[in-house]
Amino acid sequence: MTILHLAVLAPFLFAILVPFLFKYFRKVHTGWFVLFVPLILFIYFLSYISVTSDGQAVMQRMEWVPSLGINFDLYVDGLSLLFALLITGIGTLVILYSIFYLAGKEERLNHFYVYIMLFMGAMLGVVLSDNIIVLYVFWEITSISSSLLISYWYAKKASVYGAQKSMYITVFGGLSMLGGFSLLYVMAETFSIREMIGNADLILNHDLFLAAMILVLLGAFTKSAQFPFHIWLPDAMEAPTPVSAYLHSATMVKAGIYLVARLTPVFAGGAEWFWIITAAGIFTMAWGAISAVRQKDLKAILAFSTVSQLGMIMSLLGAGSAAFYYMDGDNALYTTAILAAVFHLINHATFKGSLFMVAGIIDHETGTRDIRKLGGLMTIMPITATISVIGLAAMAGLPPFNGFLSKELFFTGITNVAQYDMWNGDTIGMLLPVIAWIASIFTFAYSAIIFFRTFRGKFKPDMLPVKEVHEAPAGLLISPIVLVAAVLMISFFPNILAYSIIEPAMMSILPGILGEGSNFYVDIYHWHGINLELMMTLGAVIIGTIIYVTMNKWSKLGIYQNEQDIMTTVYDNGYDALIKGSQVLTRIQMTGMLRDYIVYMVIFIVLIMFYTMFRFEGFQISMENASEIGIFMYLILAALVITIMLLPRVNNRMTAIILAGFVGFLVAFIFTVFRAPDLALTQLMVETVSVILFMAVFYHLPNLTKDNIAPLTKAINIVVAGSAGLMVALVSMSAFTYGQTTPFDAISEYFIENSVELAGGYNMVNVVLVDFRGLDTMLELLVLGIAALGAISMIKLKVKEDDDV
Amino acid sequence: MINQPNDMMFRVFIRLIAIIVVTFSIYLFFSGHNAPGGGFIGGLMTAIAILVMYLVFGTKTMNAALPFNYPYMMSIGLLVAAGTGIISVAFGYPYLKQFFDYFQIPIFGEVELTTALIFDLGVYLLVVGSAMTFILSIVEDDS
Amino acid sequence: MEIVMSAVIGLIFAVAIYLMLSRNIIRVLIGTLMLSHSVHLILLTMSGLQRGAPPLLFLEAGAYSDPLPQALILTAIVINFGVTAFVSVLVYRTYKEHKTADLYDLRGAKDE
Repeated sequence: MTILHLAVLAPFLFAILVPFLFKYFRKVHTGWFVLFVPLILFIYFLSYISVTSDGQAVMQRMEWVPSLGINFDLYVDGLSLLFALLITGIGTLVILYSIFYLAGKEERLNHFYVYIMLFMGAMLGVVLSDNIIVLYVFWEITSISSSLLISYWYAKKASVYGAQKSMYITVFGGLSMLGGFSLLYVMAETFSIREMIGNADLILNHDLFLAAMILVLLGAFTKSAQFPFHIWLPDAMEAPTPVSAYLHSATMVKAGIYLVARLTPVFAGGAEWFWIITAAGIFTMAWGAISAVRQKDLKAILAFSTVSQLGMIMSLLGAGSAAFYYMDGDNALYTTAILAAVFHLINHATFKGSLFMVAGIIDHETGTRDIRKLGGLMTIMPITATISVIGLAAMAGLPPFNGFLSKELFFTGITNVAQYDMWNGDTIGMLLPVIAWIASIFTFAYSAIIFFRTFRGKFKPDMLPVKEVHEAPAGLLISPIVLVAAVLMISFFPNILAYSIIEPAMMSILPGILGEGSNFYVDIYHWHGINLELMMTLGAVIIGTIIYVTMNKWSKLGIYQNEQDIMTTVYDNGYDALIKGSQVLTRIQMTGMLRDYIVYMVIFIVLIMFYTMFRFEGFQISMENASEIGIFMYLILAALVITIMLLPRVNNRMTAIILAGFVGFLVAFIFTVFRAPDLALTQLMVETVSVILFMAVFYHLPNLTKDNIAPLTKAINIVVAGSAGLMVALVSMSAFTYGQTTPFDAISEYFIENSVELAGGYNMVNVVLVDFRGLDTMLELLVLGIAALGAISMIKLKVKEDDDV
Repeated sequence: MINQPNDMMFRVFIRLIAIIVVTFSIYLFFSGHNAPGGGFIGGLMTAIAILVMYLVFGTKTMNAALPFNYPYMMSIGLLVAAGTGIISVAFGYPYLKQFFDYFQIPIFGEVELTTALIFDLGVYLLVVGSAMTFILSIVEDDS
Repeated sequence: MEIVMSAVIGLIFAVAIYLMLSRNIIRVLIGTLMLSHSVHLILLTMSGLQRGAPPLLFLEAGAYSDPLPQALILTAIVINFGVTAFVSVLVYRTYKEHKTADLYDLRGAKDE
């Protein structure tokens, strides 16, 4: 246990305190206590910059399940540090923001902050774990805490729907990922990512490579909302805005990006990895951007925008993976994409975080997020408007903001693919810049829609639920201002993070392809001269403007009016079909009749028994060693057979009891003959008590009547019962024969030798029961006791007339 | 239950028989460690004796004559059986480890005493209790 | 002997299953009882019949029959007593509550 381990566990430990803080310090907003956790962690992680900026990494080990190779090993390098800083840094701002956002007296803050802490710890665990099983555990905790946060206002139907949707999709992905991890373990024989990177050749040439890759990518794509799994993200917007800003734009949805980046050294180098990720990413980018234009809810626009931007980062990671094919780290042709991915990751966190907070402020102050009701807020909320202008300009990729810088790099990275002379880079690869360009047109368009529909136009006070609209309180504004300040900082000094953050992160995504001692040299600047990238940006701005200006025309189209995503329709219908299908299946099989259930069970047992016995050649019947048989035994058995055959025909309850008792006494007799006096005695006693019990029960029951069963059902019953009997007879014979033909030491010898010596008893059966296997007898008593208690409660429980039993 | 007025002989003899059966059941219980018998058999036989008397005298009379709370008897039996195990744990042995030794007792001569007998007593009480509970729960149900 | 015993056990088992498939709840109860009888006999037969003296050490015989299956069966008999008694009470209670001993009438509503 090191300080690093403690840092990951700190949010979990603090989560235990939160309910008490909430209960005993009601006067102080719980958020003020919580605020210290991410703040201290952020400062702590800052101290690692000096380590990682030299290209070094820290590994702290702690044993968890060493016998299975599962250890709580934490690994800090450039990539994980970048994420750790994002998680704690944005976390601090978001918690500060939430203190003012969730200021109502009715808010269940204890729940909220417990979930947030749970998420923060889990997310730190995801990005810092070196062991994939530990990573998986933390990964699922992020899914669960995300779901809990989405359903924070659980009284709303939409919240619950969104929470369920995100849960189903991300947990589906998580389980697929677990499968992929298991396959990775099979291939690399280790759970450690470090060691896997060392054995990358072993994995690359394995038969299971593709399967493992697809399964792991399913996990990454569901989490990072890539098409077609992106549908959970817009519905996740039902969560309180701080949660949307934190989980659903800055951190959790980037876990998939992190995973892809982290496993790039393991999987990259082949065409599959390159194309799956690039194609999924670029398609998601276009899909998200186009869908965003159709939304009317501010947060929904931002959600689809997040989907789009995540797709963009994903496609860059795919494009950059080609560097592993060429193993040429010094050539910017291949590494620019990775640089763009890391750079945009940071930029996106800053501007999208601030925009979500702005959306929250607008919702908070006006009571609505519908762009059809909003308008003219520029003069009423000048500070908010300024913040969003900067954020939106960065998102749209306008110079000189940081979004422009990373978008230029993105265009460079994606057009470079056309210059790859393999994997169809020069043919299909030509499509990528085109799709990217279309996506950025729409990115510009929705950015314009957000700004002009919210802050310009006519102020419509009569459509707003809140009467007095005014600027947000200072507390709400601090966090977005800090984020926008970061946007401006990066915009004007783009290389401020180059050495300390971006280069180390690139180093960890692309290890081992640089020459000894050399570094990625990152230099980002605004003016590249008039080139293709600049022209693309210009074109996007012009066409995007045209789209916005003509909005009144195309907004009448049906595709705009119906904003539901096609994939959501697919999901909803699939969900309904699944439930209906299971109901139908259940109804077919659950007939409510005991007879059918017994038939299922017996058929299943008989089939599986016969299969196993034939498969392993278990049937063997021999008459050797069979014991002698006396004439009286034939008589007993004949009596038994006759009684048994009579039983189903009896139509009188008294006769049935007598016959059943008779069978019991015959069995006791057989026990006597075969040298089991204890059994015979017990059987006699039990039979006597049972007969008395049956008399008591049957006295109250109606007399037996002839069973009125359809002939076909009756035939089936006879076949089922007969086959079960045949199976039992054959198994019994085979078991006996096997015992005779395969000599083995009976464990009973131990009891025979030690009964007197160890337990001082001459009756071995009793000694086994009370001494050698005393615990079994103890549990048997427990069963008997429970059964008797069950009988009492069944009788004493009086059901009221209208209750269903 | 079945309660006929004119069965004088039956009523007299059933008491005698019940006493003999109970005595025999106690014998079976004690002899269990070294001969056929033990807690299960002894318990069931005692239960039969009580049940036979219930058959003859009816529940009202019997409940007055033998005012046992059978569910309690059950739980006491379970406690006794579990308790013997805990004693061995207290002395550092595994749970339910049994001990025995031979003692000289006046009249009976050399007698073997085992902790297993206490365990068996628990079994006996539980078996009597549960058998009686099952049957009486139905018999006494007045719905 | 074991072969003949096995055949008889198979017959008891078959009849037990057949009874459990009946409409009448009393037959089902008797079926469960028969089922347990057959299982006890299987356990006894599997260990080999009539080998050595009863497992009582004071008899000082040369060979004893196997005490372990007997201990198992003894446990099984008692557990089975508990189960049978429980099912009997269940049958009784079911009849008191629904006034029918026919399992076809006892099935739940279609839409459940």
